Amino acid sequence: MAQQIALEVVTPTGAVVNEEVDIVNAPGYGGDFGVLANHAPFLSTIKIGILSYEIGKKREFLMISGGFCEVSNNKITFLVESAEFGHQIDVDRAMKAKERAEKRLAQAASHDESINVTRAEAALQRALSRIKAASTR
Amino acid sequence: MPSLKDVKTKIGGVKKTAQITKAMNMVASARLRGAQDKMEAFRPYTAKFNEAMSNLSSRSSSGGNFPLMEKRDVKTVELVVVTSDRGLCGSFNSNIGKLAERTMREYEAQGKPVSFVCVGKKGFQYLKKTEKVRKVYRDIMGTFQMFNAREIATEVSQNFLAGGSDKVEIIFSEFRSVAVQRPTGHDFLPVQPSEATEGESTAAKISGEYIYEPSVEEIMDVLQPLYLNVMIYHAMLEVGASEHAARMTAMDNATNACKDIISKLTILYNKARQAAITAELMDIVGGAEALK
Repeated sequence: MAQQIALEVVTPTGAVVNEEVDIVNAPGYGGDFGVLANHAPFLSTIKIGILSYEIGKKREFLMISGGFCEVSNNKITFLVESAEFGHQIDVDRAMKAKERAEKRLAQAASHDESINVTRAEAALQRALSRIKAASTR
Repeated sequence: MPSLKDVKTKIGGVKKTAQITKAMNMVASARLRGAQDKMEAFRPYTAKFNEAMSNLSSRSSSGGNFPLMEKRDVKTVELVVVTSDRGLCGSFNSNIGKLAERTMREYEAQGKPVSFVCVGKKGFQYLKKTEKVRKVYRDIMGTFQMFNAREIATEVSQNFLAGGSDKVEIIFSEFRSVAVQRPTGHDFLPVQPSEATEGESTAAKISGEYIYEPSVEEIMDVLQPLYLNVMIYHAMLEVGASEHAARMTAMDNATNACKDIISKLTILYNKARQAAITAELMDIVGGAEALK
């Protein structure tokens, strides 16, 4: 058995994952990164996207929204605002959210200044990640 | 002396009231449990967050220039007052309101005008007579979520950055126990580097050199607004739990008061009944006496 690293995903509504895993892949500030056991101490901000980890042959996907992660003492901790497993995601809802966000962005692009572009973009990002996480279940 | 029927109706009414207050007590205690669970779930998040913040701020002593940490000459102060949306919880909301008012007077005595941001309807009702309420967030205390906290934190910090206030304090009620809720005030903006009390233990633990991605300063830039969200959310959680605890106590007192009134009224009722019986007996005896 290869060495493992402790993964912890914490959100304001409680810990979502607390397991020993083989590898973690996450969307970092400068692009996706992978973390294996005994990684050097590391701190990075996290973008909206998909966090995946493997235990043996099992692979899990989570949709996470912004926050940061910390690696120290063979432990990786994600502090994010929300985290959902792929199989928990309501795809229809995510699809609708995606359409809504796209419409808002289109409006903003034309003329409408009442639309908060950053917010719409974030919403689109979240919706896309949700759909992606759900499709990889 | 009130008539028999009057007393009886009154007893019935008070009994109904007691039923309602008892039901409210039970609802409040169920909700309190929910609120406490929520607080419990949030605790690891805050703990980790503070750890990371103190870690970072000890690294960035190089003097990064963060607008949210900038200490300015305090000319105007903003108070974020977190209360509940509903009443019937004893002096809970007015205690928070009183603290807010007292703080306001203190600042005004120093010649610093104060504005309020009210979270929760009751605080607004208390403070609207001061005509200094800048913004109200109503009806979110029941089912608040992180995004509510984010909205409030963004609004307050933008006002701070735009120079609308030079210092922001947050006033809420701390949940000590079911019996004790204490209104407190905390500094909110500018962001203070984390407390020294935790500093020692974490500083020792993180002696190893970290890899930061992006730079410490940029991480701090992202983390500071998040930190504000966390603080607001924390205050809302505390107030949520305190509110239900306060309502439990208030409703318990009300139920007891009802019971007292019922027993007093019952005695009154029995006395009135006895008097009526005595009067009737006197009549009968008088009548029989007259027939002889």
